[in-house]
Amino acid sequence: MEVSDSIVEHLRQVASLPDLSSTRYELEAEIGRGGMGVVYSAHDRELDRRVALKVLDVPLPGEAQLIARLEHPGIVPIYEAGTLPDGRAFYAMKLVSGRRLDQYAKTDHPLAERLRVIRRVSEAMAFAHSREVCHRDLKPQNVMIGEFGEVYLMDWGVEAVAGTPGFRAPEAGLDKISDIYSLGALLQYLVPASSSPALSAIAQKATSAVAGDRYSSVTAFLADVDRFEQGLAVEAWSEPIWHRLQRFATRNAILLWLLAAYTVVKFLLFFLRKP
Amino acid sequence: MNKIVVGLIFGIVLGAVDGATALFYPETRPLIAGIMVGSSFKGMLVGLLSGWFARKVQSTGWGIVVGSALGLLFAFIVAVMDASSGKSHYLEIMLPGFIVGAIVGFLTQKMGTPALAKS
Repeated sequence: MEVSDSIVEHLRQVASLPDLSSTRYELEAEIGRGGMGVVYSAHDRELDRRVALKVLDVPLPGEAQLIARLEHPGIVPIYEAGTLPDGRAFYAMKLVSGRRLDQYAKTDHPLAERLRVIRRVSEAMAFAHSREVCHRDLKPQNVMIGEFGEVYLMDWGVEAVAGTPGFRAPEAGLDKISDIYSLGALLQYLVPASSSPALSAIAQKATSAVAGDRYSSVTAFLADVDRFEQGLAVEAWSEPIWHRLQRFATRNAILLWLLAAYTVVKFLLFFLRKP
Repeated sequence: MNKIVVGLIFGIVLGAVDGATALFYPETRPLIAGIMVGSSFKGMLVGLLSGWFARKVQSTGWGIVVGSALGLLFAFIVAVMDASSGKSHYLEIMLPGFIVGAIVGFLTQKMGTPALAKS
């Protein structure tokens, strides 16, 4: 009996579906596929809610525990970890309704909103670093923007499959400083280079090929972004004098206008006074 | 440094500077000392009240409005006192006083430590 290729492919797909009979989850649909496994949407029968279920093709001991240690608004929480009857590891986590950052970036958003996303990602990263956890695979596809603007950092990488070209630091071993490189690359990705020379300088410092020339911590990176948003000088850029004056004038516009008005009034009163 | 102190300092300094501009007028040069003292005192009052207002209300717009109103009021009082000597300089005193008050009002809003919120 001959079996067509399409039937063979269908059987292969069905065979690869996870057997969740021993769990409390009901499979709904595949929502993503990566190098280490597949992510499905599923229904939690006990709590009557939808979850994301990541089934790992390759065992990654400790990955779920690693993420579960990170309780932060910007990091997707892990609900449960276990092993399927076929031996594959899985973990259930919050199902984020929204879109990936690469899809978000295609639509027009003001600079302040884009920097808000960078800030949220940086805060989650800084928290993870404080717990001695590195992401190692930060890229737009691993950042989710929820329906209400919430930002989640996902798919915390492990050494074996870490890094994506364009966002991966050039050094061999990936650590916290490598994550800073990826943050800088994300900033360059989200914010056009023409928007501000100060922001470009921040991104260039973070993505320096020499690890020692980058920001020493995510907190330092975030502090420079803060300074930019407040109209202050940033550490990454030695701005020319004319730009410094322009920035001063922008920050003190009202005061300068009042002083100018006082000067004009004084001049007019002097020259128009009766002899 | 709280906002009242900020208002006090800027009020005195800007009031003194405003009074010092009387040096440009030959007819007022002999009276410059009294003008500067009076202008500094006027500025101090505007600064104190603007600083007090800034501790109560955190709004740059309202700070400028209140500061300029106070500057106008005290400048009017000085202009009336000056007019009693025979020559009136309402415009020369009130208009700059109005703007100096606006500047003091703005500075008290932007600088100084705000009052702690009551629990």
